[in-house]
Amino acid sequence: MSWTWFHRFGSPPYFYRFAGRWAPWFLGFATMLLLVGLYGALVSAPVDYYQSEVYRIIYVHVPSSYLALMSYTWMAVAAAVGLIWRIKVAHAVAAACAPAGASFTVVSLVTGMIWGEPTWGTWWTWDPRLVSQLFVLFFFLGYIALRGAIEDRERADRTSAVLAIVGVVNVPIVHWSVTWWNSLHQAPTLMRADGPSMPMSMLWPLLVMILAYTFYFIALMLMRARAEVLRRERGGTWLREELSDEEKE
Amino acid sequence: MSLRASSPAAAMAVLRRDLLLAARRPGEWLQPLGFFVLVTVLFPLAMDPEPSRLRMVAPAALWVSLLLASLLALEILFREDSRDGTLEQYALSGQSFTALLLAKTATHWLLTGLPMVLVGPLAALSLAAPAAAVPGIALALFLGSLSLSLIGAIGAGLTLGTRRGGALLSLLVLPLVAPVLIFGARATAWAIAGEEAAGALYLLGAMGVLALTLAPLAAAAAVRISME
Repeated sequence: MSWTWFHRFGSPPYFYRFAGRWAPWFLGFATMLLLVGLYGALVSAPVDYYQSEVYRIIYVHVPSSYLALMSYTWMAVAAAVGLIWRIKVAHAVAAACAPAGASFTVVSLVTGMIWGEPTWGTWWTWDPRLVSQLFVLFFFLGYIALRGAIEDRERADRTSAVLAIVGVVNVPIVHWSVTWWNSLHQAPTLMRADGPSMPMSMLWPLLVMILAYTFYFIALMLMRARAEVLRRERGGTWLREELSDEEKE
Repeated sequence: MSLRASSPAAAMAVLRRDLLLAARRPGEWLQPLGFFVLVTVLFPLAMDPEPSRLRMVAPAALWVSLLLASLLALEILFREDSRDGTLEQYALSGQSFTALLLAKTATHWLLTGLPMVLVGPLAALSLAAPAAAVPGIALALFLGSLSLSLIGAIGAGLTLGTRRGGALLSLLVLPLVAPVLIFGARATAWAIAGEEAAGALYLLGAMGVLALTLAPLAAAAAVRISME
């Protein structure tokens, strides 16, 4: 298998053009899926027998929790690629994942609290799932703070990459926390050996929402990474040509 | 090549040098120990010092103090040697950088971690822990403090190139060492209650072994990058 398609992404001009072309598409897909998913979530999905209407927050809570872990994993993989092969664009991608991931983590925690109050009778409990998710947020914040504290851009890239890779230990802990420990948080509904434990009418809006969130994340990541490339290459001649071309169009 | 010392010999030389330097300047590495003792003393002052209640908060007080004191100690782990260029000489020496930094971390543990392991049981006794709990507590502190030094070295390496290191160091290290706190405090609580603490101690030991195998590599990578 040829890897040349992959190597092209390492070139800032190629990535800049690619991200500029594709980010609006991903954003468009995300919006469409979000509208469909919201219709499914709020209108067509039936009312839950035990939780009545409250359960519908699952359609925000699960996708954002999933994306929180997903964006951490992406960040770590991009950071590792940047560290090993010294690809600057990969570092820009890793840096772009952090704020998005931190926001998803906050949304996941807050919606979890809002859901927990009526169903568990408490906003917060010191439960492994909740605590490990909170630590994901701390890892993101530490990553952002570390990048901010180092002035030299290249060193900031490489130092924060080491942190991102070290922080990966937390991802499996969050993912399997409900299986490993007897937890108040319910066991997984989607990722089960015997298939999802949800009726189709409730399941499809959830899957659509997860897809919408994923596309939204990709669009966000591309836009942020593009801005990062723009900031880094501001002295480059290719960028000047590129921008003058854009003006002509 | 015959002039070059073997890696273990070089690591031993680093260990000897750091111990000698510390012996000439005892104030610095004793400060974290003083901090540790003082914080554990603050707990009885801040609450109703009734023995049964003290016994209940003893594990939390002990381990939170240990974590904070070891964070304080981490700031001096690489600072001096980074400032005067010793670390660069280590990197250029042709020896395994990881082994040399592991030797530094081991010395650091001997100077700051071990004293807290020795004094910790006394602090636990002052928090109304029964004397029978001392071996369990000492073992938990021993295993936990090893992991704290090893994992903390990563954070110390990462923040080496930053100007305001202290608060950032705690933001980076505390989430990583939270499992050590959880199982260390649990082992201590079980030891105080007179129960079998082996389960939590095994996990602490496992974390120590994992930290020993992986953390030195990450720490060496972090220090190397911050010197570039």
